[in-house]
Amino acid sequence: MGNIIDRIIYVVTSLPNTLPGTVSQGLIWGVLAIGVYITYKILDFADLTVDGSIGTGGAVAIILIANGVPMWVALICAFAAGCLAGLITGLLNTLLGIPGILAGILTQIGLYSVNLVILDGANKSISVDKFSLLLSSRRVAVSGGFSVFGWEIGKAIIIVAVIIAALYWFFGTEYGFTIRSTGCNANMARAQGINTKKSTVIALVLSNGLVGLAGGLLAQYQGFADVNMGRGAIVIGLASVIIGDVLGTAIFRKRFNFVARLSFCACGAIIYYLVLSIVMLFGLPATFNKLFSAVIVAIFLAVPYLKKSSKNSYRRAARNSLKAKLLNMETEEKGAADNADAD
Amino acid sequence: MLTLTDVRKTFNAGTINERKALNGVSLSLEEGDFVTIIGGNGAGKSTTLNAVAGVWPIDSGSIEINGKNVVGLPEHKRAAFIGRVFQDPMTGTAATMEIQENLALAKRRGQMRGLGWGITKKEREEYHELLKTLDLGLEDRMTSKVGLLSGGQRQALTLLMATLKKPDILLLDEHTAALDPKTAAKVLELSDKIIEENHLTAMMVTHNMAAAIKHGNRLIMMSNGRIIYDVKGEEKKHLTVDMLLQKFEEASGSKLVNDRMLFSKDDTE
Ligand SMILES: Nc1ncnc2c1ncn2[C@@H]1O[C@H](COP(=O)(O)OP(=O)(O)OP(=O)(O)O)[C@@H](O)[C@H]1O
Ligand SMILES: [Mg+2]
Repeated sequence: MGNIIDRIIYVVTSLPNTLPGTVSQGLIWGVLAIGVYITYKILDFADLTVDGSIGTGGAVAIILIANGVPMWVALICAFAAGCLAGLITGLLNTLLGIPGILAGILTQIGLYSVNLVILDGANKSISVDKFSLLLSSRRVAVSGGFSVFGWEIGKAIIIVAVIIAALYWFFGTEYGFTIRSTGCNANMARAQGINTKKSTVIALVLSNGLVGLAGGLLAQYQGFADVNMGRGAIVIGLASVIIGDVLGTAIFRKRFNFVARLSFCACGAIIYYLVLSIVMLFGLPATFNKLFSAVIVAIFLAVPYLKKSSKNSYRRAARNSLKAKLLNMETEEKGAADNADAD
Repeated sequence: MLTLTDVRKTFNAGTINERKALNGVSLSLEEGDFVTIIGGNGAGKSTTLNAVAGVWPIDSGSIEINGKNVVGLPEHKRAAFIGRVFQDPMTGTAATMEIQENLALAKRRGQMRGLGWGITKKEREEYHELLKTLDLGLEDRMTSKVGLLSGGQRQALTLLMATLKKPDILLLDEHTAALDPKTAAKVLELSDKIIEENHLTAMMVTHNMAAAIKHGNRLIMMSNGRIIYDVKGEEKKHLTVDMLLQKFEEASGSKLVNDRMLFSKDDTE
């Protein structure tokens, strides 16, 4: 018993120290989550390219920076590399008729080799002391004071805000409308003269561009890129989108508009990492990270379904009808008794 | 306006599911013609409309709209000339988008879509006025998601969308079949009104023979992927449901045994 209380005290006291790192990391994954939102929610396409394209973005950014390319240019190239990955999945799906999930898996697996080639090995690190980086966990860890974290987090918030503003604009344009209608009802979109194949490809390109950018940011933040950095990324992205959706719907209800939805993808990612860091402080070994994310996604996907089916289940129907029958019998008996009294 | 010449289409050719859906359909519509199409289940009515819309490529024949052969154009390109309303109210609209956004999508049918605003302030005002004409109160719900509307409201909206940018051809495929009788009558009336006011060329598939006689200036009957009866003008005006049934037996050599058609002799479908 005392042990548990000690644990809890330990967790509560360590949390403030880990918080800045958790939030910065969450915001970076928020960029990925926003990318996932475009395919999963807007286009209605479960895109598994993500696990590969985040690694490609990371690899491209690290290699370019290591070769003296300015960090901004490296990030733009990471975005472009992600776009290219999305383009491949899009063409596999629309031009060659490969089902969406499979198209994503094929690109993802192919990218594993590509990422090995780009990195010229399994991983590559760069030092924040030697290169100017946009975000770095070292700066978060070393300073120990809130001033610098504040700035790292501030930079990450600005990046997320700029992306949300850009997407708000884009999905309000004529072209943005075509992507939304394609995801909602492709038959209708075609009847309105929309080339649904093209809009599917564009959405995949844009989504994976953001994922590549997230990879570039993450690699800078952690100071290295690794071929395995993307493993399970889609699950974390989905977890963030779903957590954000559940939370946002609860808070905003009908007023949950587009900007709020995108912002809550980022919030979802922060919450995900927050919960993960708490669980780890409690002593969950890092080995269980992936299992943790799988369980989180399973729970959040299952909850809305179970909620609905508990209101709408056969067992409940049977119970209700039995109840009604018993009630009926009771009143009948009572009626009979009353009649007998009357006689 | 619209000319079909010997249009043929076989589905699943070369398999055991092979199905000759169109066996040489030829038809020529003048500008302003409003044709109703009747026929038994599987006669090829929807397939004819889908062939015009370009849902899939046809096997042979030609389809000309305004003198231009469109058989080589995919569905989304042909949409520039065609407005469509479907049987299922879910098909014609984007449920997760707002009413006004759906209208804005339809307004740009057949146009290049770029990075201009998907909907402008001026359009909003225009749609507000337009929705008023439906008399369904939708003008006060322009920012509601279409998914919240009833089937009849959705069909009325789809009709508006199909004709917002004047189509060369309006295709209506049993667009009132999924609605309750009262709503169906209302949507049918609205279709009539829109077609008349805009002088549209239209094709309407229906299982309701009385409606097929009452609406439009021309009627065609299909069976086994062919047009077996084609009547217009004065002659059409004097048709009765019994005459149609008899015609069907004569032309196809079989009885029009279709409970849906027998049950819908009256005007209430
Ligand atoms: N996409 C398709 N693939 C395979 N077969 C099809 C397809 N579309 C139509 N068919 C077949 O073509 C034939 C004609 O169908 P169509 O839908 O045109 O009939 P219809 O006259 O509209 O009948 P209904 O009154 O039942 O709507 C049917 O046998 C149908 O099964
Ligand atoms: Mg049909």
